[in-house]
Amino acid sequence: MMKYIFTLLCLIGFSAYAQDDLLKELDKETKDSSNVSATFKGTRIINLQSIENPAGKDLIFLISHRFGRLNEGISEFFGLDQATIRLGLEYGITDNIAIGLGRSSLNKTLDGFAKIKILKQTADNRIPLSVSWFSSIAATTLSYSSPDKDDYTQGRMAYTHQLLLARKFSSKFSFQVSPTFVHRNLVATPQDPNQVFAVAMGGRYKFTKRLALTAEYIPTLTKMPNNTQSLSLGLDIETGGHVFQLHFTNSQGMIDRYFIPETSGLWEKGDIYFGFNVARVFTLGKK
Amino acid sequence: MKKHFLSFLVMLAITTTAFSQKYFTRTGTISFYSKAPMENIEAVNKQATCIVDFATNDVAFTVLMKGFTFEKALMQEHFNENYVESDKYPKATFKGKIAEKIDLTKEGTYDVNVSGTMNIHGVDNKLQTKGKITVKKGSIVLQAEFNILLKDYKIEIPAVVKDKIASTVKITVNADCPPFKK
Repeated sequence: MMKYIFTLLCLIGFSAYAQDDLLKELDKETKDSSNVSATFKGTRIINLQSIENPAGKDLIFLISHRFGRLNEGISEFFGLDQATIRLGLEYGITDNIAIGLGRSSLNKTLDGFAKIKILKQTADNRIPLSVSWFSSIAATTLSYSSPDKDDYTQGRMAYTHQLLLARKFSSKFSFQVSPTFVHRNLVATPQDPNQVFAVAMGGRYKFTKRLALTAEYIPTLTKMPNNTQSLSLGLDIETGGHVFQLHFTNSQGMIDRYFIPETSGLWEKGDIYFGFNVARVFTLGKK
Repeated sequence: MKKHFLSFLVMLAITTTAFSQKYFTRTGTISFYSKAPMENIEAVNKQATCIVDFATNDVAFTVLMKGFTFEKALMQEHFNENYVESDKYPKATFKGKIAEKIDLTKEGTYDVNVSGTMNIHGVDNKLQTKGKITVKKGSIVLQAEFNILLKDYKIEIPAVVKDKIASTVKITVNADCPPFKK
C-alpha cells in the first residue's frame, strides 16, 4: 500500500514539477538587459535639463512660464499679473543627440544647446547610471542700457557646460546630479565672478502612473556675494501627448545662465515664482 | 522503500531523456495590432522565448514587455509606463497544452488547438486558440493569431483617449523553434 501511495505521490509531484519546469526553463533564458526608460517625464526636471532627450526625429515644443513673485501681494495678484516666458524647440537628431533653440523674454535672451547621451542605465544594472553631456550658449539681445560703456557682442554671451549623471532607483524614484560650469563674459558688478561652478541636484518621486513630485537644488561652489541658490519644488502631470510641470521656484530665469548663477530670490522672504512648463511632442519621422 | 525510490529516479531519468522532444527558441516573434480611428497601434517583439515539449504536448511562451518596439517612441513609453506597467509586470507568459498529437517524423503543416493560461499585466486569463504547427527540416514553426480584450487584463484606458485606443488587440505569434539542446 505504502509503495503505491509513494509512487502516486512521486508522479503527482513530477507532473506538477514538469509543468512549472517549462516556464522556469524559459525564465532562465529571458534576461532583461534593455535600457532603462523614462527616468524623468520630461526633458527638464524643473529648470534643470534632465537626462531625457527627445527621441530620434521627435520635436518637442516647450513653453516655460514664470509668473511674478508671490510676495508682491494682492495689488500684483500675488505675482500673476506679471510673466516671463521662454519658448523653445528641441529636436532629436538621433535617439542620443538632441539640439535645441529658445528665446526668453528675460533680457530678450536667445539660447542654443546640444545634449548628448553617453551612457544609458540598463535594467540588469550592468550599467548602473545614465550619463549625458550638455552645452549651451546664451546671448542677450536687450538694447544696451548704459551709454557710457561700449556694447561688445562678446559681452552679451554666456556659456554653460554640464555633465548629467542620473539613476532611476525604482520605477518611482529617480535622482540626478549635474556638475556644472557657467561662464559669463560680462557680469553686473566687479564682485560677481565670471566663472561659476555648481553641483545641481534634482529628483522625482512618482506617486501615481501620471503624477510625480519633483525637486531641485543648485548649490554654487563659487562664492556668489549678490546671489542666492536656486531651490524649486514641482508637480509633473502627464496626459498623453503633453507633460505639464507646475512648480514653485526662487529663480526667475529659465535657462542655465540665469537660474544657476543669477538667482536672487529667497524662499523665506516669499520671493517665490509660481510657474509651469508645458511640453508637446511631435513625431516627425519614423524610427 | 529506498530501493523503490532509487529505481524510480533512474526510470524517471531514462524516460525524461528518452522522451525529450523539446523545441526551443529565443527569437520568436510576437506582434500586436489594434485598429483605432485616430491611429493604428502596432508593435513587434522579436525576442520572445518559446518552448514546446512534445512528450507532454506542453507549450510555454515568455516575452519581455519592454522588448516591444513601436514606430513612435512616445507610444512605446506610454505602453510601458501607463498601460502594461512594465516595471511592475516585466513579462507576459503563456502556458498551455496542444490538443493534437503531432507526428514529428512527417514534414508538413498541422492545424492544432491550443488552450492554456495567459498572463499579461499580472492577470491570468484562460485562452483557447487555433494555430498551426509546421514540421520542417527537424525544426518546428508555431503560428497563431488571436484577439484579447484589454479589460480582461485590467489594462486601463483613460477616458480622454478612449476613442483613440481600441479595446481589443490582435496578437500574432510566429516562432521557429529548433530542437532544444542542453
